[in-house]
Amino acid sequence: MEHLLSIKDLHASINGKEILKGFSLDMKAGEVHAIMGPNGSGKSTLSKVLAGREEYEVTSGTVIYKGENLLEMSPEERAHQGIFMAFQYPVELPGVNNTYFMQASLNAIRKARGEPELNSLNFMKLVRTKLKALEMDENLLKRSVNTGFSGGEMKRNEILQMTLLEPTLSILDETDSGLDIDALKMVSKGVNSLRSPERSMLVITHYQRLLDYIQPDYVHVLSGGRIIRSGDKSLALELEEKGYGWLQQEAAA
Amino acid sequence: MDAAEQQLAELAKAGYEAGFVSNIESETVPPGLDESVIRYISARKNEPEFMLEWRLEAYQKWLAMEEPDWAHLKYTKIDYQSISYFSAPKSAADAPKSLDEVDPELLRVYEKLGIPLEEQKMLAGVAVDAVFDSVSVATTFRKQLAEAGVIFCSISEAMREHPELIKKYLGTVVPQTDNFFAALNAAVFTDGTFVYIPENTRCPMELSTYFRINERNTGQFERTLIIADKGSYVSYLEGCTAPQRDENQLHAAVVELIALEDAYIKYSTVQNWYPGDENGKGGIYNFVTKRGVCAGDRSRISWTQVETGSSITWKYPSCVLKGDDSIGEFYSVAVTRGAQQADTGTKMFHIGKNTTSTIVSKGISADRGQNAYRGLVRMNKGAENGRNHTQCDSLLIGDKCGAHTFPYIEVANPTAKVEHEATTSKIGEDQLFYCRQRGLSEEDAVSMIVNGFCKEVFNELPMEFAVEARKLLAISLEGAVG
Ligand SMILES: Nc1ncnc2c1ncn2[C@@H]1O[C@H](COP(=O)(O)OP(=O)(O)OP(=O)(O)O)[C@@H](O)[C@H]1O
Ligand SMILES: [Mg+2]
Repeated sequence: MEHLLSIKDLHASINGKEILKGFSLDMKAGEVHAIMGPNGSGKSTLSKVLAGREEYEVTSGTVIYKGENLLEMSPEERAHQGIFMAFQYPVELPGVNNTYFMQASLNAIRKARGEPELNSLNFMKLVRTKLKALEMDENLLKRSVNTGFSGGEMKRNEILQMTLLEPTLSILDETDSGLDIDALKMVSKGVNSLRSPERSMLVITHYQRLLDYIQPDYVHVLSGGRIIRSGDKSLALELEEKGYGWLQQEAAA
Repeated sequence: MDAAEQQLAELAKAGYEAGFVSNIESETVPPGLDESVIRYISARKNEPEFMLEWRLEAYQKWLAMEEPDWAHLKYTKIDYQSISYFSAPKSAADAPKSLDEVDPELLRVYEKLGIPLEEQKMLAGVAVDAVFDSVSVATTFRKQLAEAGVIFCSISEAMREHPELIKKYLGTVVPQTDNFFAALNAAVFTDGTFVYIPENTRCPMELSTYFRINERNTGQFERTLIIADKGSYVSYLEGCTAPQRDENQLHAAVVELIALEDAYIKYSTVQNWYPGDENGKGGIYNFVTKRGVCAGDRSRISWTQVETGSSITWKYPSCVLKGDDSIGEFYSVAVTRGAQQADTGTKMFHIGKNTTSTIVSKGISADRGQNAYRGLVRMNKGAENGRNHTQCDSLLIGDKCGAHTFPYIEVANPTAKVEHEATTSKIGEDQLFYCRQRGLSEEDAVSMIVNGFCKEVFNELPMEFAVEARKLLAISLEGAVG
């Protein structure tokens, strides 16, 4: 089967500093891959490069998504093509109504795909059902995007957007960090509800606990800007026990 | 022939000799300003004698005044002798014959704003002879207003029909000699609006210059006078979101508002004069004096403005809070980009007891735009328990533009409280990226962020105006990023 996403020997830098140093990864449709790795190893850099953040310079390597050169697409084109990134640090948009933002987002994507836009009434119906599934407070719909949201509320809001947009490739950057146990279950439920043979997910996390809820097909360890070990779910358990040191030593040897 | 007509005939004759151009379609006084021009204007308008005297007095004082240079603005000095002070109606000869002759850029903007074709023609100054739908609409409106006892007419008409009101109120809020531009306006104003709302009357509709069909051409020197009698309410809309071109570079308008006991005047402006090309060439200089007096107890005046046009904006809508428990409000969005410059803000004079004022100013600068907020809050000695809250936010797009804040606070009463908050922020790359990751184009993202920034001000605008203002803002900032 053809790969949904194929990253080959990717090098990327910011402000002249190389962060990704030969990163390679292949993902098939329907697969869930977890990426773990020490702080500063380049996990968020990877997600932002995939989402098209222009600050990062890709110096070499290729990224093919749905058979096309992803690196040539603007961030919004990538979104239209079904790439969604849940931010490690979601951004505040003061004065921009959360519901309005989500509706504009969904409609921008639908429009780009030649699908009819949803009117406010239908959108509200849709968002309410998704909101309920995540057991989120309805007041968050009336507030400004992420403005004054608690850490956990922001993360849930990201997942709310994800369930609305139903992306083909979801990149979750530490969505579990800062969530209490109940919220973690809720978020995982939301994410799992989207699992299907067409959709893939790249789940970045520090904690194997999340992987109890969102069962990955593969676990990769990112260190120094590239993958130093790949395995199945048991690798996460091993990491929890032993940390990253032994792998890094092996990689250096 | 009455005295005025006779004077007019004489002047016309004298004018002809002095080089007045006159034909059926247009009458334009040659450039230059002296007493004879003022006499001519007054006579042409059929004004009562006291008006002529009032104008001449203003002119004499203006001659002795200096053009102010304290504002944070740079422009080549205006040559007042090169301006023609009377032109009515506009010559149809040099007006575009059809929309084909109009700047396509302007048409593109009209299109985006969804302005009907007939109206596009009017805005672009195309000579039209067809009767607009709006004329009949306006007539219906006038009837309703008359039933409510509301007077809504051109200021010239008011001088003829309601001289007692003019005599009583004109120049009482903005005196002839208030400032250089106000004095010039007092001497030569040719157009404007007059509104009177009788006691305990709620004006049955929002009044808009748009429906003032008489003397439709917006003058270079407009003068507006609004009087809300005891317990009355009026919402007045000025301007239009479509960019308006005008051959006259200098605009020096005066607006006076008077709110008597328990009256409430809400004055909303959307200003979108031609800003000039990218170097500001050909843009309008907008020097406006707007002031309202809350004369009666518990009266309230609220200014809301969205300023996106003009090459230069110099404007400080103010409130004089005389009545006890009176309220003054100022909500403003000012956008500058290209070579645009704006020096705008407000003045709140607290005179009566328990007076309250609120100032919310949002300045947005892009490209090389320069945006200054200048505000004065004065608590007089008698302003027991006076309260002011000022919030002044600046948003920068790019790094060649500038925002400047000049707050002046004078407190002479120890029980008064003045609060001032100011913030400056940049549209962050993070914000733009977040929006684009969610599928929005960069342009839509900017417009969304900017509209969010301006929300508190837009909330104050009447619904329809707010919708238009949002669209306008988006269009004004097109291509500002990247
Ligand atoms: N704008 C920048 N300028 C310089 N260095 C940067 C910049 N952005 C990121 N970096 C550096 O790149 C490296 C990788 O950062 P990244 O955020 O990708 O790490 P991470 O794996 O997501 O870490 P964490 O687990 O803490 O989230 C870090 O050393 C970081 O300091
Ligand atoms: Mg990170």
